[in-house]
Amino acid sequence: MLELMQNPHVPLAFAALAAFCVSVYVLADGLDLGVGILFLAAPRDDQRDLMMASIEPVWDANETWLVMGGTLLIATFPAGYYVLLPAFYLPIMFMLFALIFRGIAFEFRLQATRFRFVWDIAFAAGSILATLCQGLILGGLIGGVPMQDGMFSGGPFSFFSLLGLMCGIGLLGGYALIGAGWLIWKTVGSTQVFAREIAHAALILTAVMMALVSLWSALTVPEVAARWFALPNLLLLAPVPLATLAVLVAIWRGIWEGAEPRTFLLSLMVFALGLVGLVVSLWPYVVPRHVTVWDGAADPQTLGFIAIGLVVILPIVLAYQAHAYWVFRGKVEPHAGGYGEAAMGSPHP
Amino acid sequence: MDAVELARAQFAFTIGFHILWPTLSIGLAWFCTLLSLLWWRTGRPVYRDLMRFWIRLFALSFGMGVITGIVLSYEIGTNWAGFSRSVSNVLGPMFMYETLTAFFLEAGFIGIMLFGEGRVSKGTHFFACLMVSSGALFSATWIIAANSWMQTPAGAVADADGIFHVVDWWQAVFTASFPYRLAHMVCASFLTGSFVVAGVSAFHLWRRQHLAASRTAFSMAMWLALVLAPTQIALGDLHGRNTLENQPVKLAAMEGLWDTTKGPAMTVIAWPDMAEQKNLYALDIPHLASLYLTHSWDGEVEGLKTVPPSDQPNVPLVFFAFRIMVGIGLALLATAVTGLALRLRGRLFYARWFQLLAMATTPLGFLGVLAGWTVTEAGRQPWIVYGHLRTADAVAPVTAGAVTTSLIIFFAVYNVLLLSFVWFAGRLALKGPADSSVPSREHVGLDRTNAGLSAASSTSPASLSSSSTAPATLEQAGA
Repeated sequence: MLELMQNPHVPLAFAALAAFCVSVYVLADGLDLGVGILFLAAPRDDQRDLMMASIEPVWDANETWLVMGGTLLIATFPAGYYVLLPAFYLPIMFMLFALIFRGIAFEFRLQATRFRFVWDIAFAAGSILATLCQGLILGGLIGGVPMQDGMFSGGPFSFFSLLGLMCGIGLLGGYALIGAGWLIWKTVGSTQVFAREIAHAALILTAVMMALVSLWSALTVPEVAARWFALPNLLLLAPVPLATLAVLVAIWRGIWEGAEPRTFLLSLMVFALGLVGLVVSLWPYVVPRHVTVWDGAADPQTLGFIAIGLVVILPIVLAYQAHAYWVFRGKVEPHAGGYGEAAMGSPHP
Repeated sequence: MDAVELARAQFAFTIGFHILWPTLSIGLAWFCTLLSLLWWRTGRPVYRDLMRFWIRLFALSFGMGVITGIVLSYEIGTNWAGFSRSVSNVLGPMFMYETLTAFFLEAGFIGIMLFGEGRVSKGTHFFACLMVSSGALFSATWIIAANSWMQTPAGAVADADGIFHVVDWWQAVFTASFPYRLAHMVCASFLTGSFVVAGVSAFHLWRRQHLAASRTAFSMAMWLALVLAPTQIALGDLHGRNTLENQPVKLAAMEGLWDTTKGPAMTVIAWPDMAEQKNLYALDIPHLASLYLTHSWDGEVEGLKTVPPSDQPNVPLVFFAFRIMVGIGLALLATAVTGLALRLRGRLFYARWFQLLAMATTPLGFLGVLAGWTVTEAGRQPWIVYGHLRTADAVAPVTAGAVTTSLIIFFAVYNVLLLSFVWFAGRLALKGPADSSVPSREHVGLDRTNAGLSAASSTSPASLSSSSTAPATLEQAGA
């Protein structure tokens, strides 16, 4: 096992796995953050009830992928963990605060009576703030972080960049699009109509911001420009933006027509293509332009210990998560009670 | 305060707040699993009522644990980058395995546990409960393995840069203090959970409502407490003797023992003065510490002065936290034994003073857990990895201003969280379980909730809130 783990291809495999976990997080939590972003835009309270009910059984599992990302990073690429986390101290902390408010809103909203609007706001604002913070982190990552003597060497605000802000707005659009797609699939009636209508706005925002972010990072980060525009890369990589464009058009045409899961599934594809683009821009760095996946990987004996668990357990995890989605398949029905309260209200034999 | 102290304050506050919820949710998860099993196998509606009731309270505590736990998995990087750099080869995989084997398991089945009743069979529901409660236990196992490695490191060597490399995984996970710490913590969760169940049930007995369900739960909780309280004290004794062997300085701080002594006395109470390196106002019982630490009259126990003052922990903090923990353990044992005495005389459900006492014990388990973790964590200082890495060398290159800002926000946010939890959980708890089982005949007149629809809603303290009382009472009217 130890010899196997000393093979130079091993860090590549773990990098691919880390990318997989980040993708699962973005796609899964994207749908419930997206529902949160759209929450206050919904015209009526019963629509908000339905929106929340549609993600209640799954949001916790989705958010667990965020913890998985963090713990996988410290276990496989510790340099990424102890350099990047201090570098993005404030956006990470504010993302966590936002996720806290969002999380308790799930629990308390439906039990609240007089001050329900407070939890509505907590849920929506938490979702929006968490998304903006993720965008700031993403933009900061593309731009690169200052590093000296193996540690982060910037200040508390060096994470901030215009690119990060653009990424944040783009993510708001993108998550809202996934969320709208989810609602089209999982709800009926006026909630579904609302989701179809708002999907257009979300799609336009996503497309515009994707273009702006690509353009701006090519202009301001020379390494990214060199990666994309040098020959033969330009030709080899051209399918990525072209495919993205094609999928965006396909979503636009399918919002009112076509099968109900279509918008949701295609919007996941947009995100997957965006992540491919990100990998192209940042490859092969854990800490961009400072630490590569080979320099930043953990000890071979540590990677070996992790590999056993991942190979055995990760497929099981994916299987029962899929099962949980399957148990709660079909259209969401409004239930009388809230988080936990449903157990009281639900019919039983 | 400097950046190290601020980072310590922030971590102590966030992890201290967090530990309350796993403590509660591990205990309640297993209690709900037991109730789900009883409902599945016996079909007695009282178990269903209790299960639904306690699952709702469990859900609230579980959610609090999840959201405060995510914070910690990132805080270790944001605030303790030096620590992460040094130990990630050892602890990184343990954190990852916690996510993989525990968090995903809980997250994957919590939906079915909370919302699945009616959608899945009783057996499947029990299985989901079992997976969630096992996940809670796996989580505790991994995180305590990681903490125990920081207390009694083994199986790894540090290189010239201070970065640890694992040479033996078995030794790194199963360190000397791990089994003791794990058993002590899991038992603490069960014990705390038992007294929460006892306290809430006692409230309803005291109010003479939901009698059938509350008697069942109260009786179960007092049986559990009777087994768990002495077990916990025995485990604590074993853990203490393990600490004596592996972390003598911490043990000396717990005992307030400055000089290495043959046949040391037990210091009941004193003010340990770190500047003078001695106890002031001490009340000692000769040879007693020797008896319970070394199990002999004249055993030798190392004192704090074996290390220079700069390598000693904050002695008064450890000393008093230890006494609070032990005091709570004894109080809970006394309560459990009193419960047995009342049960033998047939008065367990009727002694009003005991119901008040049981309500008063509800928060004690949490205080005990906080005091116990203060002993073990503050007692490890000034080391973050005992004997290898100093806490002062483990912080991240972030400014004191950024840490202060986040500390203040954490303090505000967590207080709001706690108040919201107390408000909503309190409302649920005071409303109580449904009453779908027939009340026992001889006390029917005493059961206020069984007196009919109007009485049920007017005596319920949470009658303002909506949904669950009405269907439950209708169901009962039909029964």
